[in-house]
Amino acid sequence: MKNRIGIVIGCLLILVWCLLPVAWIISLSFKSEAAITNGSPGFFPAAGGGAGWDNYVAVWDNEQFRRAIFNSIGISLIATTLSVIVATLAAYAIARLEFRGKKAVLTIALAIAMFPVVSLVGPLFDMWRAIGLYDTWPGLIIPYMSFTLPLAIWTLSAFFREIPWELEQAAQVDGATSWQAFRKVIVPLAAPGVFTAAILTFFFAWNDFVFGISLTSTENARPIPASLSFFVGADPFNRPASLLAAGAVIATIPIIVIVLIFQRKIVAGLTSGAVKG
Amino acid sequence: MSAVAAPKSKPVMSDRARAENRLGQKLVAPAIVLMLLVTAFPMLRAIYLSTFDYALTAPEERAFIGLSNYLTALTDPLFWQTTGVTVLYMVVTVAVELVIGFIFAMVMHRVIFARGVIRTSILVPYGIITVVSGFAWQFAFSFQNGFINGWLPFVGDDFNWFGQTGSAVVAIMVSEIWKTTPFMSLLLLAGLAQVSDDMIEAAKVDGATWTQRLTKVILPNMRAAIMVAVLFRALDAYRIFDNIFVMTSGAVRTESISFLTYRQTIEQFQLGMGSALSVLLFLSVLVVAFLIVRLFRVDLAQARQG
Repeated sequence: MKNRIGIVIGCLLILVWCLLPVAWIISLSFKSEAAITNGSPGFFPAAGGGAGWDNYVAVWDNEQFRRAIFNSIGISLIATTLSVIVATLAAYAIARLEFRGKKAVLTIALAIAMFPVVSLVGPLFDMWRAIGLYDTWPGLIIPYMSFTLPLAIWTLSAFFREIPWELEQAAQVDGATSWQAFRKVIVPLAAPGVFTAAILTFFFAWNDFVFGISLTSTENARPIPASLSFFVGADPFNRPASLLAAGAVIATIPIIVIVLIFQRKIVAGLTSGAVKG
Repeated sequence: MSAVAAPKSKPVMSDRARAENRLGQKLVAPAIVLMLLVTAFPMLRAIYLSTFDYALTAPEERAFIGLSNYLTALTDPLFWQTTGVTVLYMVVTVAVELVIGFIFAMVMHRVIFARGVIRTSILVPYGIITVVSGFAWQFAFSFQNGFINGWLPFVGDDFNWFGQTGSAVVAIMVSEIWKTTPFMSLLLLAGLAQVSDDMIEAAKVDGATWTQRLTKVILPNMRAAIMVAVLFRALDAYRIFDNIFVMTSGAVRTESISFLTYRQTIEQFQLGMGSALSVLLFLSVLVVAFLIVRLFRVDLAQARQG
């Protein structure tokens, strides 16, 4: 009985921990701009300090913000698709085939996962400007692919190990080549794993800030996090907190929706690469 | 660069094995190329650029100066101060996360009801944009529009958290800890699941108290999982950048080493000095990784998928 109470309190703690700041940013997004300018301490909008949907309308009417959302969705989706395709090929080889250099692949992936991203900002900035990739979609898609590959490769090879071998061999016995066996047998079985890797990759790309601010200069390619950080209202010394909050809520919606639908898969994917599956 | 190790003197492979070897190498090639293209190559370029006095504002005045940039950086107190702050961020956030993350993992491990709800909410901080989390906490700590001063009884209502180093560092740490504890707790939960219940039962039968079961059975058996989680998070925390950028812009000496590198390179266009700092940042990450692996004897085979 004592244990039960402990668990319930623990659960409540987790819920408060995770959801309170989210509730706060939503609450903030409903405070009126006038209240923010005058100062409006407190968790909820003060009486008369509420703005209804005004902040959301204002943010949505902002051309820069709409472009940034569009950039983020486009860049993240393309980077995710390409990264997962490349990672799937590599993970299949790692999980299924014996070849020289397997260890090297995993070592490189591990090293890249720990790489200090900011170290690359200077040289990439220089290179991208030289070859015309600065402030373009591909200029962000390429680094996103490189940095999501390790996570995608780990997740996928963990998943691929769970797939029953025999089916592939059975297909080969029936006369399929390695490649056919891969395409017709493994791919359908691997789809759930591939999907999970895609979600985690998408999170990374959607979340990126360092590349977003360093390799873009206009709304041509600037993604949401960068756009939010440069979003300054009429008074640069007093950030339009409630407008920013509304923008932040809009930028968070896709993530929340994905989490709500796929939470089980995401947890499985996150932990599969970290401990022996 | 090829991913092929030097051929060892091996017995002659069968045709099938040779075909498999070739197919395997073909399948990993694109991933290897992509991973090295954006990391190894620019890193070499950074090493090259770091030996020049090179500013984008005056590109024609580029001059070779050898290791002067490194000398300048390493003798500047600012470099050591930012490194110190970065290490402080890393040590404190990882330590706090380890404790809270472990409590969360214990709760999630035992919970029988509402698993989906708990799992969904634990993923919210993980998935949220770091910049958004930075904003949320910055406004929460703000004395003009936040709620934290009002909720904390021992803090005056007009206290400015971002006015001095100590409290600003605390605010940045809070945002970092909030966002990354869930990830830590999920890794620890996976580790907990690997501790066999029989062992815990046996300890119970032998009369071990709850504390003894925790310190003598559960923790030793989770060692590997804990170490991997610490290694990953520590290196992640060492690269802290996003929340500092939005919360303080590096003011009141809250700058991390990543932030200093960024400022030199992108804001001040000092590509030579920025590249030298990039190389130093890269080397310091290596040192941190090496120290953690050495000090805690991390078994990377646990993290490996081979």
